[in-house]
Amino acid sequence: MADDGFISLDGVEKVFEVRRRAGLLRRERHEVRAVDGISFRVARGEMVGYIGPNGAGKSTTIKMLTGILTPSGGRLRVAGIDPSRERTRLAHRIGVVFGQRTTLWWDLPLRDSYRLMHRMYRIPDRRYRENLDRCVELLDLGELLEVPVRQLSLGQRMRGDIAAALLHDPEVLYLDEPTIGLDVISKAKVRQFLKELNAERGTTVLLTTHDLTDIEQLCSRVMVIDHGRLMYDGSLAGLHEVGESERMLVVDLERELPPIVLQSADGGDQPALRAVKVEGPRQWLAFPAAASAAPLVARIAADYPLVDLSVREPDIEAVIARMYESAP
Amino acid sequence: MRLYAVVAAGGFRRYATYRTATVAGVFTNTVFGFIVAYTYIALWDERPQLGGYDTSQALTYVWLGQALLAAGARMGGGFESELVERIRTGDIAVDLYRPADLQLWWMAADLGRATFHLLGRGVAPMILGALAFDLALPGSFWTWPAFLLSVFLGIVVSFAVRYLVAMSAFWLLDGAGAMRMAMLAGLFFSGMLLPLNLFPGLLGEVARALPWSSLLQVPADVFLGKHAGWGLVEAYAFQAGWAVVLLGAGRLLQTGATRRVVVQGG
Repeated sequence: MADDGFISLDGVEKVFEVRRRAGLLRRERHEVRAVDGISFRVARGEMVGYIGPNGAGKSTTIKMLTGILTPSGGRLRVAGIDPSRERTRLAHRIGVVFGQRTTLWWDLPLRDSYRLMHRMYRIPDRRYRENLDRCVELLDLGELLEVPVRQLSLGQRMRGDIAAALLHDPEVLYLDEPTIGLDVISKAKVRQFLKELNAERGTTVLLTTHDLTDIEQLCSRVMVIDHGRLMYDGSLAGLHEVGESERMLVVDLERELPPIVLQSADGGDQPALRAVKVEGPRQWLAFPAAASAAPLVARIAADYPLVDLSVREPDIEAVIARMYESAP
Repeated sequence: MRLYAVVAAGGFRRYATYRTATVAGVFTNTVFGFIVAYTYIALWDERPQLGGYDTSQALTYVWLGQALLAAGARMGGGFESELVERIRTGDIAVDLYRPADLQLWWMAADLGRATFHLLGRGVAPMILGALAFDLALPGSFWTWPAFLLSVFLGIVVSFAVRYLVAMSAFWLLDGAGAMRMAMLAGLFFSGMLLPLNLFPGLLGEVARALPWSSLLQVPADVFLGKHAGWGLVEAYAFQAGWAVVLLGAGRLLQTGATRRVVVQGG
């Protein structure tokens, strides 16, 4: 099991059968391939972002990793355990936070939910107290312990949920949209905590999110999934190349002019840049991220009354959006 | 086991949080107790010894019915709406990955709730009823523990039925209709409207043999001393038998459901 990966998936599939009404009484069966042959490895202590549009198969993957869904095909192991076969044994070693759901007892103080975790995971008393103290300190829960969960704000509840998932020292933590709906400060708190958790305890973290800032700040590696398939697996920086990303040159001219047209320097058919937007004297010009901006600027300055300019680095969100669109 | 003790304690405290709701519940139970009590008085005045009860026994039956109503969750208000809702929204996913048994978990929670409802919603109406009317209270001290055991078994049966209903939501995707049907069946067949002993012929036979009679008819008869000696053992066996059968069925459905989990949403 040495470096086979702490989490390993080989051609994992999940096919749902959906029945659709096709007339008064007749129903048509058809298959939905939520996860369509995904393979990847995650090493112990890695922090990986798992992103994709709605319905891409992210949550389905997470559910298979926790064992609450059985794969229709392929091989899946977490810490050497087949999740769907030994769900309960695995449960002691993993922590799960579903951003849109809560494990906490709605009507009771936060502390009661933690007491429950204490018993459920059979955490030794001392460890429980240490872990609770640590979570309370780092997640700023001190004043919330005696407050019924229903009275907590979303950010407070989320921090409460994260603590609940960590009291039994899980080796791996799955976070399904942990920052959804949180304000900027709460997001920052959650991210900081996760960063420290990973650094100090070496907890493996698999994070699904729609907020790319989460990924940028936490994960060195990102996996993009769409239509149940892995579209990209690598560093965040590498995404730009794969996504044929573009940089944006924003120029302010002296007066309103028609969109700037520049032919390619080597005389080819491809224009060197294309005008994306024109607003009065300001123009947004996109060009390939790999191309150098300097010669373009020089040529524009030579031909047009240039007042000011700025270059914007490619927006990771735009890159991913383009990736989703280009998917079959 | 300590886990389920904590779950049960949590179930108890959850309901204990809502004091106003408890007071309102006691009020309702008491008002209904009075209404039904006067109706029964009129009825027994006309037909003494109806169903083998004299008037004070019939009145005791009324107040037991009110006292046990919330504990047996016969008007809803138990765990089932929450579980059905969790299945509908997909929150059940959270429950499933936990290292705990779903059925035991909810049973512990529901027993905690029932204990609270027995104390919070049962004792006060019973005392008020006993002050206002001449009730047939047990002559022997030992009737009390015998009665409580029967109440406990009844609550387990009630849980088992409601668990079955809730599990159906995995297939129906919305358990509201099934829950309403079970509630209506429970109200009638537990003997809440009239003691099941009153029903003649086949209807009576069937009503007394159905699991719901464990909820009120059986415990009330234990309280009134109608079951003694082997009769008491038989009554317990009847309740425990239904409990085992229904819990087993619930477990089967649970296994089937988790196997084909269509965890909705997310």
